[in-house]
Amino acid sequence: MEYLIIIIAIVVGLSAGGAYLLVSSRRGRAAPPPPAPKPPATGAAPADTDERSGAGGGLDLATEAVAEPAAPEIEVPPPSAGRMVRLRGRLARSQSAFGSVLLGLLSRDTLDDEGWEEIEDTLITADVGVAPARHMVEQLRTEVKVTGSKDVRSLLRAQLIEAIGPDLDRSLRVSPHAGRPAVLLMVGVNGTGKTTTCGKLARVLIGDGRTVLLGAADTFRAAAADQLQTWGSRVGATVVRSDRDGADPASVAFEAVREGTELEVDTVIIDTAGRLHTKAGLMDELGKIKRVVSRQADVDEVLLVLDATTGQNGLRQARVFAEVVDVTGIVLTKLDGTAKGGIVISVQRELGVPVKLVGLGEGPDDLAPFEPAAFVDAILGS
Amino acid sequence: MFETLSDRLTQVFSALRGKGRLSAADIDATCREIRIALLEADVALPVVRSFISRVKERASTEEVSAALNPAQQVIKIVNDELIAILGGETRRLRFAKTPPTVILLAGLQGSGKTTLAAKLARWLREQGNTPLLVAADLQRPNAVQQLQVVGGQAGVPVYAPQPGNGVGDPVAVSRDSLDEARHRMHNIVIIDTAGRLGVDEEMMQQAADIRDATDPDEILFVVDAMIGQDAVTTAQAFLDGVGYDGVVLTKLDGDARGGAALSIAELTGRPVMFASSGEKLEDFDVFHPDRMASRILDLGDMLTLIEQAEKTFDQEQTAALAGKLASGEGFTLEDFVEQLAMVRKLGPIGNLLGMLPGAAQNREMLSQVSDKDLDRAAAIVNSMTPAEKRNPKIINGSRRARIAAGSGVAVGEVSNLVTRFLEGQKMMRQMMGGGGMPGMPGMPGMRRASKQAKKTKKKPKGGRPGGSPAGAAGKQPPGLPLGTQPGSAGTGGGLGGLGGLPGNLPPGLGGEGGFRLPGPGPGSQPGPQHLPPGLRGGGANRRGKKGR
Repeated sequence: MEYLIIIIAIVVGLSAGGAYLLVSSRRGRAAPPPPAPKPPATGAAPADTDERSGAGGGLDLATEAVAEPAAPEIEVPPPSAGRMVRLRGRLARSQSAFGSVLLGLLSRDTLDDEGWEEIEDTLITADVGVAPARHMVEQLRTEVKVTGSKDVRSLLRAQLIEAIGPDLDRSLRVSPHAGRPAVLLMVGVNGTGKTTTCGKLARVLIGDGRTVLLGAADTFRAAAADQLQTWGSRVGATVVRSDRDGADPASVAFEAVREGTELEVDTVIIDTAGRLHTKAGLMDELGKIKRVVSRQADVDEVLLVLDATTGQNGLRQARVFAEVVDVTGIVLTKLDGTAKGGIVISVQRELGVPVKLVGLGEGPDDLAPFEPAAFVDAILGS
Repeated sequence: MFETLSDRLTQVFSALRGKGRLSAADIDATCREIRIALLEADVALPVVRSFISRVKERASTEEVSAALNPAQQVIKIVNDELIAILGGETRRLRFAKTPPTVILLAGLQGSGKTTLAAKLARWLREQGNTPLLVAADLQRPNAVQQLQVVGGQAGVPVYAPQPGNGVGDPVAVSRDSLDEARHRMHNIVIIDTAGRLGVDEEMMQQAADIRDATDPDEILFVVDAMIGQDAVTTAQAFLDGVGYDGVVLTKLDGDARGGAALSIAELTGRPVMFASSGEKLEDFDVFHPDRMASRILDLGDMLTLIEQAEKTFDQEQTAALAGKLASGEGFTLEDFVEQLAMVRKLGPIGNLLGMLPGAAQNREMLSQVSDKDLDRAAAIVNSMTPAEKRNPKIINGSRRARIAAGSGVAVGEVSNLVTRFLEGQKMMRQMMGGGGMPGMPGMPGMRRASKQAKKTKKKPKGGRPGGSPAGAAGKQPPGLPLGTQPGSAGTGGGLGGLGGLPGNLPPGLGGEGGFRLPGPGPGSQPGPQHLPPGLRGGGANRRGKKGR
């Protein structure tokens, strides 16, 4: 280990030093470039505590300001039951290609090697991943050989469902307990739809007759808090936000939970800034958010928002996020596009964390609980 | 389980390296592996197919080159093809003859259009243009505000007559923005549109309407580097729906291998023009196809590493360091700690290591090194007295015990660190003495030296002059995918490796025999079970038992 460290240090030193030599020798007469300033931490600047307590009053004000004007136009969203039925319709719209290729393949009388390979390819095209796809096809082949079954299709269906893990607990813990609201934390890389999911989820919960408080802990992206507030005011959810950009997200999250406990809401949903899993500093910040929040209430759910268009990189994302904040569920968004979301299979296989929700579009009610069987049926186009 | 494209290719090629000749079956097997590798890197299936067939054809028809062995030839072909696709055509932005030049951004939701719009605007402004940002994303809640904020950060005015959140007509806004630009003498108009799906006909029509209304000079398709197999479908849908002239890859600062770049470039023939790699507005640059190809081929992203190092370290530090390194002698534990701090500043160690050539192979070992280990090493050194730091040789048993107590580690760790440091020091001296530092920052010499040093450490029996290639090869740990034969590791200068390496050193293509780290095996007890793979003969073999 030490050896490695030394080598690393030397290599990095060399590349820096070498770069310097290189630059200075090449530029010769030219003045050496000014050293680029060390990039500031990409996250938010930590707020000092005094300021935070001062901001507490501001937060209260903000809360009222949000809730009141919104009051007259609060929509009552429909309850969440039966949403997957619509999913089927949407998926069928975009995914029929996948289904029909498979159908064509599977309806052949006998499958030669090429046919099997094509099935494998088709699974791969759905972002299932090479290894899982191979694994599945191999199992399928064995099964067909053993049972002599012609109904490859239903075998495949069974297998896909099995790969998705129908037995996993997909319920969301959103009920208050021990006098404290349930706390949900939304995490994920940039642009997967965390804020939108927060808004939709709040709608679902309110539709089911709960009270919800939204915590805008995305203090980094411009107008993220505004976006969340727009969602909140549409459904009548209280929004706790910082009154300035770049505040410490952990303090906003803390404030949100405190506020939620005081107001005795059922559920607090905390929206965090998108962060790439490769940025250690930002991941630490996320860990801090969770730590700070759990000082006053358990974090009941940590939902990782994954974009269905994400390829194999999704697995890495899930891995890192799971390591840092112990993800309890996955939200698969943008499933209404042409993306198949096959990465879910790999992620579940690897982490054992179930997909709990799916996002199906930009409409406010386009969020549904994940149902493996319906999902697979939709993929297979039946 | 890291299965990136470069990892896979590296494995494939390491299997090939051993062969003197390549049969048709070999080519097939290789191509199968390349296929999987590409697929795992999210290159789209149709693209993989055509890529493979081209590689196959060239591999079987290409004239046998005397300079390269067949394995290297395949690598070269793959490399050439990659660069041909990625960098087939690079061009600059087209500007309109009569301003304003209109640039239209389109893409899926969450691909980063709004952020990119600001980055592009900033970049153009720095080149002396006067861009105007147009908020035509009236769909997503508060997208208009977001653009206004980032536009403000970029110092670029934003034209946002409509409040957004579903209110207003983006086509009208876009059309009006042209008049606004003419009126206010802006020479470039950047239109940020709402994210849309390829299958959403209504929205695609809207994008087409915006296009027709503004007659853009450039339509840029913004795509997330992490996108999977869907890349081609989406790219095609946008091509059919609005059409575009260039592609922008975003979120390249993640660890996605960017197979999408390959897919889209190949499928649509549209060049990737810009790359965006970070959350700050300045993290934006024109796309470097060669770097992308080497990222894919595991040549290591040394250029990026160097750039990053340059950005982070200040000149004086680097100058002082360079001087110390050059002298070889002056490198003390103090400098070492300083360097560790620098390393820490560069970012998470895992990222850093990933940029080193050949890193993919050692991924397993590398993944065991965490920032904490660096901190621990620093703690050990910091518990030494200045005299000890300057001359670690004076550290005896009682000093060791004190240092261990001071830094909260076991005594063994202290002695390990010291021993390794002394080895490292020597290795550096050799390297400097051997003139191993030509244009490229010492990597070549470094490699050899490290290998020698490793050899020193790892050959408990020692005393075997010249080392034994066969023996070394025979003792490779089975778990490591590095079946390099010593003979082949040394050649291969023709592969466009790192900045003109001496011919006797592997260019780092595929990393074979390249930068390699002896790793702590399971249980991190360095011992005979992890002989560094691919030890090359030739280095003077020294001393037997060492450090252990």
